[in-house]
Amino acid sequence: MGESRSLTINGRSHSVSPEDPETPLLYVLRNEFGLHGPRFGCGLGQCGACTVHIDGQAVRSCVIPLSSLKPDAKIVTLEGLGTPEAPHPVQAAFVEEQAAQCGYCINGMIMTSAAFLKDKQKPSEAEIRQALAGNLCRCGTHARIVRAVQRAAASL
Amino acid sequence: MPATQFSRRSLLQGGAIVVGFSLSRALPVAAASGTAPSKPVALDQVDSYLSLERDGSAIVYSGKVDLGTGVRTALTQMAADELDLPLARVRVIQGDTALTPDQGPTYGSLSIQNGGTQIRAAAATARRQLLQLASERLGTPTDTLATRDGRVIPAAGGEGIAYADLLKDGHFSLKLDKDAPSKNPDAFSFVGKPVARLDIPAKIYASFTYMQDVTLPGMLHGRVIRPPAIEARLTSVDEASVAGIPGLVKVVREGDFLGVVTTSEWAAIKAAEKLSATWSKAETLPEQSQLWEHVRATPVVKEDITSNVGDADGAMANAARKLKATYDFAIHTHGSIGPSCAVAQPEGDALTVWTASQMTHALRTQLSAMFSLPPEKVRCIYVEGSGCYGRNGHEDAAGDAAILARAVGKPVRVQWSRADEHGWDPKGPPTLIDLAAGLDDKGAVTAWSSQFHIPMGAAGSVPLVAATLAGLPHETALAPGNIVHNSAIPYGFPNVKTVCRRLATTPLRPSWIRTPGRMQNTFANEAFVDECAAAAGIDPLEYRLRSMNDPRGIEVLKRLATLAKWESRPSPKGDGREAGGGVQTGRGLSYVKYELYRTYVAALAEVEVERSSGMIRAKRVFVVQDCGQIINPDGVRNQIEGNVIQTVSRVLKEEVMFDRSRVTSTDWASYPILTFPEVPEIVMELIDRPREKPWGAGEPSAAVIPAAISNAVYDAIGLRLRSVPFTPEKVKTALQRT
Repeated sequence: MGESRSLTINGRSHSVSPEDPETPLLYVLRNEFGLHGPRFGCGLGQCGACTVHIDGQAVRSCVIPLSSLKPDAKIVTLEGLGTPEAPHPVQAAFVEEQAAQCGYCINGMIMTSAAFLKDKQKPSEAEIRQALAGNLCRCGTHARIVRAVQRAAASL
Repeated sequence: MPATQFSRRSLLQGGAIVVGFSLSRALPVAAASGTAPSKPVALDQVDSYLSLERDGSAIVYSGKVDLGTGVRTALTQMAADELDLPLARVRVIQGDTALTPDQGPTYGSLSIQNGGTQIRAAAATARRQLLQLASERLGTPTDTLATRDGRVIPAAGGEGIAYADLLKDGHFSLKLDKDAPSKNPDAFSFVGKPVARLDIPAKIYASFTYMQDVTLPGMLHGRVIRPPAIEARLTSVDEASVAGIPGLVKVVREGDFLGVVTTSEWAAIKAAEKLSATWSKAETLPEQSQLWEHVRATPVVKEDITSNVGDADGAMANAARKLKATYDFAIHTHGSIGPSCAVAQPEGDALTVWTASQMTHALRTQLSAMFSLPPEKVRCIYVEGSGCYGRNGHEDAAGDAAILARAVGKPVRVQWSRADEHGWDPKGPPTLIDLAAGLDDKGAVTAWSSQFHIPMGAAGSVPLVAATLAGLPHETALAPGNIVHNSAIPYGFPNVKTVCRRLATTPLRPSWIRTPGRMQNTFANEAFVDECAAAAGIDPLEYRLRSMNDPRGIEVLKRLATLAKWESRPSPKGDGREAGGGVQTGRGLSYVKYELYRTYVAALAEVEVERSSGMIRAKRVFVVQDCGQIINPDGVRNQIEGNVIQTVSRVLKEEVMFDRSRVTSTDWASYPILTFPEVPEIVMELIDRPREKPWGAGEPSAAVIPAAISNAVYDAIGLRLRSVPFTPEKVKTALQRT
């Protein structure tokens, strides 16, 4: 095993010892911590399915080597964003709008939108579309996703 | 109930909970032995589809699976209504070869139409039998009894008898009667209502277990290394090149199949990247720039005449005016956001595979042939993966996982890379279509003649990549799907001949992509009808209606006209010259009667064309659909929205790129799809016919989108686009020619 590193994930401190410090965060989250919210889509940072928050910013965990993380980085995954009992407004809005088909990309849609809405109050539809321009969905759920983000924005 | 019965049933339930509800991250191995538990799966038995549990719930066993379309919810609605159970007490187990009947692959928009109808019939047969059994038990005629909330209850009052208590050993042991009386649609509690999808909360709160999330105790990770050229042979592998990678378990080579097995996923990725191998050169693909010449020159194996009315050739010769055009539709990929993934577990001479396959039963047949195992030694268990729009890479990943797992004698998870998916999923084949029409002096079509140059073969099983590379038994026939559908047309022209020229080969391994053939064929037919209307100077809606006599088809078109505020006039809109600001707008419509016997859809696209850049923007799409009885209107809307957006993407942007050796568009940069700012507004109207058959909704609306856009572009700029995708370059080239 490699050198031990500390990580703060969803508000809890953990220590990991990856064999390769260049292991992208995505695989650590999924395979070491069983956090399956972030998903593998391309490994290239192109699709957004792996999005997590680091210090409040939406980032693509498939291209973030563990070695690049600051020791005090605060990582939040979809699991840490909210729960059915205490949902994040974006999650509640996605359920309300039935904004998923296969749902594989939805982690990225929710995590990107949640970070976007933190900085942007009352966004226009065009601004929402632009904020999600780098997130790919193949089922064609875009219209519902935009409606869900509008609904969440109105509730914030 | 004897104790042995309990233990057998609890084994079934164990598998049921894991597969149907995905409550557990780690799948209990005991519940998924390659040796199948004994449960009826014959298509003609009620017990194959349905089990009434002592806790008052019902389990539905469905051979059709939810590919992210909401089918599980819809099947739950249908079964719950027929059985008079609350939704929460109906569970659906999908696509487990040990547990579910083989209802055929989940394709062709048939999950509700065929699969749901079978389950509904099983439930109706069961309900009738429960009433009969209660009648005998209570000594009162069946017409004095009712079913409610999982019990048979005397209409006069009393607590009645729970369903499970009416069955001697938990079984019906009864043949399914497809004519068993289904409930009166007026009495449905769930069917026809926009019931919320059962899977969505778990997907939003990250508790859903996708195929990509399945783990087994002791599971290893695998990746495959595909040849750098299609049909290249593996000449040598330098295992020393990966010796230093911690966690490497084995380099697996079998013929031209090459893979690595490691203890961690990242180690597998690195090992697959670093493994040094030499391959022979191979250049088996045509020059992409010569693709259509290549297709035209491909030997024709046979001609399928899909319609032949009157004397098309004779009428063409005598026509006052003749039109000819050639249409083509590029090679496309499925493009699931999550690359294919599977987990295989060998156990002695048995094999269990967890897979997102749309056809677990057919996959079992393929795997048993591949490894020369009796089919009963292979179990394929469906776990929902990333969206599936036809036969993509899921089955191939299962073949990969099986080879690797058998090589190391341990469970192995194979995750395809993005390049594996884009490069090696089977493709929607190139489609080339020649059309000719003869018009009389009033512009009416007197002769219609078309030739579709499309690969031979139908559905069936697409050869597994692993079996092909490893030289293990596999199919050799092409399986592009039933791509002849909708080559014939829904118009009553007096002389029509439509012919599919079936080609011996096609450049890349073909399969069915969503709306296979129907999408490409309808593109050509509906755009060419528009060409005829324009040549006749007649409003394209009016032009279609004149040749239709199907009232349901006429109704969708008329409703579309109202919904979209159709302005009656011929296309193009103006003289084709720039209107100002360099942007011109247009509208185009398109119509399909799916496979000429079911779901009716009409669509209208409104587009903007920017002359300077050649960019087309789909601004708004209107859709009217009649798919008979609607099970879940919000589910149908979701499918239509998906079809519109996915197909706008296909039409405006998508094309698989290749060189003489391989696919070169192996990521989202080289194979771009539609992004949020480019997505059109969608307006739709559904026609519900609760007393008609429930027809498919997953595919038909994709068929009308390409021609609607082509027709709208023609309306805007007076230029006809006949080659998908409609890239800015093609538009600019067309504009320069004028």
